[in-house]
Order: sequence, then structure tokens, then C-alpha cells
Amino acid sequence: MGTTASQLSKESLSEYQELTFLTKQEILLAHKRFTELLEKHEKDQIDARVPMGKIITLPELKSNPFKERICRVFSTSEQKDGSLTFEDFLDLLSAFSDSATLEIKSHYAFRIFDFDDDGTLDCADLEKLVNCLTGETNDAKLSSTEMKQLISNILEESDIDKDGTVNLSEFQHVISRSPDFVSSFKIVL
Amino acid sequence: MARNVNFDLSHPLMEAGLESPADEEGVHDSFQQLIAEHADNGAASSALELQQLQSDLVEESQDNIPLCGPEHEHRRQGASDLECDGGEREMDQIQGEGWSSDTLKILSSMPSRTIGRNRGAIISQYCNKTLKLRRRRQTRPSIRDFSPSSRPSIRSYGMEGDTIDAEVSKRERLVNNLQNLPVSDRVRMLRGMPLSVAEKKEIRNLVMQKEKRILSNKRLSCYSQLKYYIIIAARKSWYSWLSFLHSLQPWQTLLKRVSGRFGTGVLSYFLFLKTLVFFNVFLFLVTGAFLVLPQAVHPPDEATETRSFSGLELLTGAGSFSHTVMYYGYYTNYTLPRSSRGEGRGQNASALSSDSQQFSYNMPLAYFFTIGMAFFITCIILVYSMSKTFGRSFRINKSNSILTMKTFSSWDFKVIKKKSVQIMSENICTQLKELLAELTQKNTKSTFCKRFCRQMVHGVAWTICIASTTGCMAGVYYFSEFIHKDLQQNYRKFEVYPLMKEARLLSLPTVVSLINLLLPALFNVVAWMEIYESPSVFAYVAIGRNLMLKTSMLGVLCFHWLGRVAPEYKSIGLTCWESFVGEELYRFLLMDFIFTLLDTLFGELLWRLFSEKVLKKKRKPVFDIARNVLDLIYGQTLAWLGVLFSPLLPAVQILKLFLVFYIKMSSVMMNCQAPRKPYRASQMTTIFITLLCIPSLLGASVCVTYTMWSITPSTSCGPFRGLSTMFKAGKHWMKILEKDNPKLSVLSKAHTYFVENPFFLFVGAGIFLIVIYFHSQVVDGQRKIISLLQDQIQNEGEDKKFLINQLQSVHKQKQDAGKRLKSQDSTC
Repeated sequence: MGTTASQLSKESLSEYQELTFLTKQEILLAHKRFTELLEKHEKDQIDARVPMGKIITLPELKSNPFKERICRVFSTSEQKDGSLTFEDFLDLLSAFSDSATLEIKSHYAFRIFDFDDDGTLDCADLEKLVNCLTGETNDAKLSSTEMKQLISNILEESDIDKDGTVNLSEFQHVISRSPDFVSSFKIVL
Repeated sequence: MARNVNFDLSHPLMEAGLESPADEEGVHDSFQQLIAEHADNGAASSALELQQLQSDLVEESQDNIPLCGPEHEHRRQGASDLECDGGEREMDQIQGEGWSSDTLKILSSMPSRTIGRNRGAIISQYCNKTLKLRRRRQTRPSIRDFSPSSRPSIRSYGMEGDTIDAEVSKRERLVNNLQNLPVSDRVRMLRGMPLSVAEKKEIRNLVMQKEKRILSNKRLSCYSQLKYYIIIAARKSWYSWLSFLHSLQPWQTLLKRVSGRFGTGVLSYFLFLKTLVFFNVFLFLVTGAFLVLPQAVHPPDEATETRSFSGLELLTGAGSFSHTVMYYGYYTNYTLPRSSRGEGRGQNASALSSDSQQFSYNMPLAYFFTIGMAFFITCIILVYSMSKTFGRSFRINKSNSILTMKTFSSWDFKVIKKKSVQIMSENICTQLKELLAELTQKNTKSTFCKRFCRQMVHGVAWTICIASTTGCMAGVYYFSEFIHKDLQQNYRKFEVYPLMKEARLLSLPTVVSLINLLLPALFNVVAWMEIYESPSVFAYVAIGRNLMLKTSMLGVLCFHWLGRVAPEYKSIGLTCWESFVGEELYRFLLMDFIFTLLDTLFGELLWRLFSEKVLKKKRKPVFDIARNVLDLIYGQTLAWLGVLFSPLLPAVQILKLFLVFYIKMSSVMMNCQAPRKPYRASQMTTIFITLLCIPSLLGASVCVTYTMWSITPSTSCGPFRGLSTMFKAGKHWMKILEKDNPKLSVLSKAHTYFVENPFFLFVGAGIFLIVIYFHSQVVDGQRKIISLLQDQIQNEGEDKKFLINQLQSVHKQKQDAGKRLKSQDSTC
């Protein structure tokens, strides 16, 4: 089980095909790109981990403001340092693939946007989210009054049980009504 | 919007009996008692109970312990500072200052907050889902199978084997449920679980082990073993077929590059192009297999004038091409293969070969049915994809949550170039600011004078557009009439100089393509002076005007061909008007392609060079998605119109689309920049597919049906020569079938009574309308249910707040009591 030397065995390939939304070509391509990130001595290890710093050098993630959050969400490491094994990497690609269901995508999108990992999107999370969206340059940021107004509008529109935060069900409810989400929540290698 | 609930703990009502604000003593009686008990009991026991409660909850969440330490508390307090300062909203926040860490721990372990990140919660959620699915998939036993004395629970039939022991962990139950599901459901459930691959592998292995154990215990018959192996083989072949299909997808890397730089909007244009290529490939395969191939293998006997190939054929489609498989005129009207040379000359389609022939292929019938079937299947595929995209982009109960949707779903993860990411961030910032400004400005109503001025400007703009369209329509009409008359007068001259005729024939396509190129630019200029409420209205109006222009052009051309050329074809020296119309459509397609090339060259390349070198600006031109997609739809309409007259036209269209793809791709990468305006890709895709179906395919089908139903085919060429209409070929065949096999007279009677009887069509349409009405009523009912559920959720939220606050107050009272005891002890 796991990745053997530098080749994927046939059983693991079919196993991954059953467990993820990726096709055979995508899994093989992912394997190729992942082993490129490994050190020479790690290439033969089973379940080798690639540190977060290397993952975010991938061209598909390099300019993405959510790259660290993505690594942390999909990482299964004990130290919570955002390092990924090959299976975590497949998880990532599967959630961002063409055929993933809306439920999976909205689930992971919620976890990515939940910056403090407390299970809900409160005001601080929303503020960080908007700042990520609008970029780092100063003139592109929203002023603090605009930010407050935006957050209060968002909570008014999406917080159904009026507890001041957006939980997963409310988030999925909003996402199910926005048709552009599925096509924009995609990463292709 | 929430009720202003008073959480003031010193409120007299609160002190009195901890009554709920709703004042329903009877309902909350038991709860009151519980609180009273807690208040009476000593500090130790209640604290213990609280800890018990807390530890129970923490146990479930021990996989992913949230950051519950003091630093989390501080963060929460810090967050509460940022809270919105509306008077009402302050009271609605659950995070108050000074919540104890226990309360916070309980809050963070609430199911609604742990479902997203807690493995145990996900497993129990999917346990329930699989159980529901299992119940659905089980066939219900009939009540007669049970003896009257035993009363089994039908719902849990088949699940008596499950232990209902509370100690069986959730995971084992999940494995059990999965193992009992059919394989496809199991795979679907496993894939859809938001767990990591490693955990899913463990669950899958447990399921496989259990399955192996069960299989080895039972002694399977040969038959079920065989069935088992067949199922596994089928599944493996299905996977390999999927990956084969995936590898067939053309242009993957190119599309990825485009989406990386320009995002989903520009990508949707290229995906639309790909869809059109597939439609044309399907059409080409059908016509090629059933029409072109049989005719090419058995060429007709008539002596054909073979002209030498000069390069002009590629431009005009006539000349040496006109007596080939490419056009209608080449096809024979008898059954293939011919039994003898002398027979059948001048006979019409009713000649079925009576001699011993293993293979007979009735050409006219084949032609008629192939074209009909091709259109029918294309229509079904289009309607199906239209309804799918429609369902995705328009939801019921579409309330005004534009800001939320914009915040959560506007980030396009496909964009990977740094510059494009920057542009996208700027776009999002601008859009958010605009939306916020709109919301605050909604109250200020514009004066009557302003609105009147705006409507006047709109009116003037529309008048200009309609007038120019009508002018162009009239121009094309008169020009085509002029060409027709010219041909009538001079056709003898042209037989001597064929090149002159061809040059004249190219003039009409050139004029129409020129109009299609210049007039939308005029519409854009006119639209600049108008002010619209929102950019999407602007986009829709532009599409509408463009569409109006193209439909009117095509309408005039169809009238010219079917109303002028077809009845009077002999007067312009033609023997075969269908081939002539086919050639015309070929020329139109070609001109369309040439003008697309010129437009790309001038519109994008030269404009970029001009703005860089002369104007010294860094702004590159923007790729106008809507206009380009409408051009594609126009080209496809021409191809569909022409299939009847030129069965190889889909091949020409495929070639043209390939070239357009590469030209546009390189032009976009070199010359254009990412769009600055917001572009709702999925809504636009729905609109374009709808436009492809309703005006485009429908119009082409109407034209083709009209041609088949009422226009006389040419008398000396084509598969329908000699018949009064093309439709008669089908009727003839029916009559012959009836003569040979009297049993099949049922079919012809059915044909007469059902297809040709208008009463039946009325009844069919009526039933259809009733079904639509019922569905719309169902949708209304669902909307009502949604609003009821929203109210219910709001009430539950109020309950939750109430409970948390009571918990906090009880805990505080314990603390105070404890402190008082301590101080008493210390003083004693």
C-alpha cells in the first residue's frame, strides 16, 4: 500500500480511481509531479512528506492567496505543518477536479475559508477572506467602514439562525444557489 | 431583522423564575425544574455535571481538538471588538465578553460547528446517509410472507443481523452499511465522503475484508461466482473506457493555458467551440456513413462533365466540385446497386429491385431519413444539455444574496499567472465596492427628469439600431434581386466565361459578411452613450441587438433561396437548384471564415500594435466573448441549413472550426488582456446554448422542413427528381410497403391518423401544457416550504442562544456562590 519506489502499482492505481474523482491519467500525472518535488533519497520512501514550502512552489498554487490554507486543510500530518503525502496531494486534486460533487467542493471551500479552524466563519474569518480576495496592495483594500458594512451584509444574507457566524450548512446553502462556484473551484495539473 | 431578545441578566423576570421570554410556562416547565434543581444543588455536584457534559462532548471531538486554550478565548474577545456596531446585532452575537472557557468549549464542540472538521462527526453523518440508502435499496417484503402472529418491523427488515448494541462504534456501523450496499452505491458514497484518502482506504479495506469473509463462508454456486467476476470485469472496463474518453479530449494543454491567464469567461468561448466541433463530427459521421459512403462506392451512371480542378473551386465551391459527392445533385434516385443498366432510367423512387440482390439500398429514402434523424437527434442532445445548464444556473428562491455569493464564489482558482491574479483581485475589489455603493444608494431615487432623459436616450439608441438593421435587410434584399436578374439576363454569356459568373456569385456573401462585421461595431458605439442599471443588462442588450441583425440577415437569404431561386431556377440556367443553394452556403461559410480572420487581424493584432506604438498605452484590447460566440452560432446555423443540400458541409465546418480555434487561441494569447468587467460564465453559457437551440437549430429545422414539405425538387438531378415534394418519397415507400406486406398496413394507417391528423397534435400539446402547469405548482409549493423552514431554523437559533446564556448564567452563579463561600471561610 502507499507509493512504492517511483512507480504506482496497479492495485493502488485502481484503488485511487475508486476513492477519488480523478481518472487514471490524472493520477499518473499527479504522481509524476509529486515525485519531482521529493528529494532524491525520499523518492523510494513510502508515504514521504513534502513540506509546505515546496508545495506552494507549484505553478498552479504559486500565485494563489489561499495556498497556505489549502496545504493546511489537506494535510494529515501530526504537527499540523501543512506537509502533504502523495495521498493528501491526490485528495487535494480530487476535491478541485472537474467531476467532484458540489458537496465535496463546498465542504473543502468552507474549511479553506475558516482561517481559525473553529468550525464557523465569524467576522474575523470573513475579514481575512475579503482581504485575501482583494489582494495585498494598499489601494485595492476595502476601507474599514466598507469592510464592516460588507461583513454585516454577508451575515444578514447568509446567517439563517442568527448566531453571528456562518456554519457549514449555511455556507452550503449559499453555495448551492451560486452557479459559478463549481466552475471556479477547479485546479487542473 | 431578529427579534430583540433581552439578555439582561438583572431583568426582574429573569431573577424571578428564569422564565423564557416567550412566557410559555407549561412548555418550558420541565426545563425550569432542571434549572431550579441545579440552582439548589451544591456547587460541587453541578460543576461536576457540567464537567461531565463537557467531557462527553470533548470525547467525541478528540480527533481534532479545536484551539480551546486561553489564547483562543483572547482571540474571540478580540474578534468581538470588530463586531458590527448595529444596536440590534450586538445582542445577537453568541460570542459575548467574559464567557467562561467551559462555555466556549461547549460552544466549539456543538454539532453544527464540528461537522465540518471532525472525523467522528463526518463518519456518523455518513453512517446515517448509508443507512437511509440501504433502506431505500432494500426491496420491501410483501405482508403476505409474514405469519399473522409475528409482527416484524418492515423498516428494519434485513437488518436484524445488526447489533443495536451501543458499544458498537460508529465506524463499524458505517463499514457494515457500506458492505450491504450495491457496489456502485458504495463507490459513490466512498468518493463523496470528505475524509482523507488514507482514512477512506482503511474503511474500504475493512469492507473488502468483511466481504471476502462472507464470500468464503458461503458456498457460492457457479452462477453467482460467474456473476461476481462479470461485475468486476465490467467495472474495470468501465474505468478504462472513461480514461480512454478522457485522453481523447483534444486541446487540453491549450485550454489550461487560456484559463490560467484569462479565467473562466474566455475559457467558455473555447469550450463552446469544442461543443460545436462535436456536433459537427456527429453530423458528419451520420451523413458520411449513410449517404456519402454508399454513393461514393456506387457512383451514378450518368455521364458527368468533369472539369479540371482550378484553384478557384476552393473559394466558390462550384466548378469541378459541383458534380461530386459534395452536393445534392450527385445523388441518385434509385436503389443501389443498380441491377442492370437499361432498367430504371427515368423511373422514380418506387423502383424496388426485384432481382436477387443481397444488399439493396434505397437512396432517396436513405437521404430523407438520414437528414431527418440527424436533425432530430441533434435537437434532443441540445435540449438535454440546455435543460441541464438551465437547472444549474437558475435556482428557485433566488433571493438577493449577491454580495455573499460574490464573496464566496468569485475567486477563480484556475487562474495561475501572477499578473492575471492581480487583475482578478482588482476586479473583485472594484465589484465589491460598486455593489456596496449600490446598496447604500438604493434609497436615493433619481429624479423624474433624469429617468425620462435616460429612457429617451434608450429610445433613440434602439431606433438607430432597428433602422440600421432594416436598412441592411432591404439592402441585401435588393442586392440579391439584382444579382438574380443579372444572372437571368446574362447566364448564356456566363457559360462562355464561367469565371465571371463565379466572381459575381461571391459578391453576395461578401456583402453579408461585411454587414455582420460592421454593424455590431456601430451597435457598440451607440451603446456607449447609454447608461444601464447594471453591466449584465448591457451585455443582454448587446446580444439581443446582434442576434436581431443576424436573424434578419438569415431570413432574407432564406427567402431569396427558397422563394426566388428554387421556383425559377431554370431561368438562370441551372439544372439543379439544390446544388446551387449548397454551393451558396459553402461560399457563405468560407466568407465568414475569411472575415473572422480579417477581424482578428485588424481588431486585435493591429489594434494592439497601434495602441502600443502610437498611443503608447499599456492597455491591450479585450476579447469580446459575446460577439465571438454569436459569430460561431451564425456559422453553425449556416452549416445546419446546408446539410440537406450539401451532405459534406459538416466536414467543411469542422475544418473551419479547427482553424478558427488555433487562430483565436494565438491571437488571444498574444494580443488580449484579461477582461475587466464581471462575466457570469455559467449564466452566459446557458444563454448561448439556448440561442444555439432556439433560433439557430429551430430556424434551420423550419427551413429544411419547409423545403421538404412544399418545394418542388429539381426534375433532372438529385434523389427526389420527379416527385412533387421530397416528402412524397416517404409516402411512396409506405405505399409500397403496404402493397408487399399487408400486415404492415397498420403502420401506414397509424401514419395517416396520427402524424397527419392535427387533432392528435392538439391533444398532445394540451397534455404537455398540463404537465408543465403541475410542475410549476410543485415549484411554488416548494418555495413556501423553504420559507417555513427558514423561520424554523431562526427559532432554533433563538433557542440555542437562550440555552447558552442560561448555561453561562448558571455557571456564573455557581462561581459567585463558590467565591462567597470561600470568602466566608477565610473570614471565619
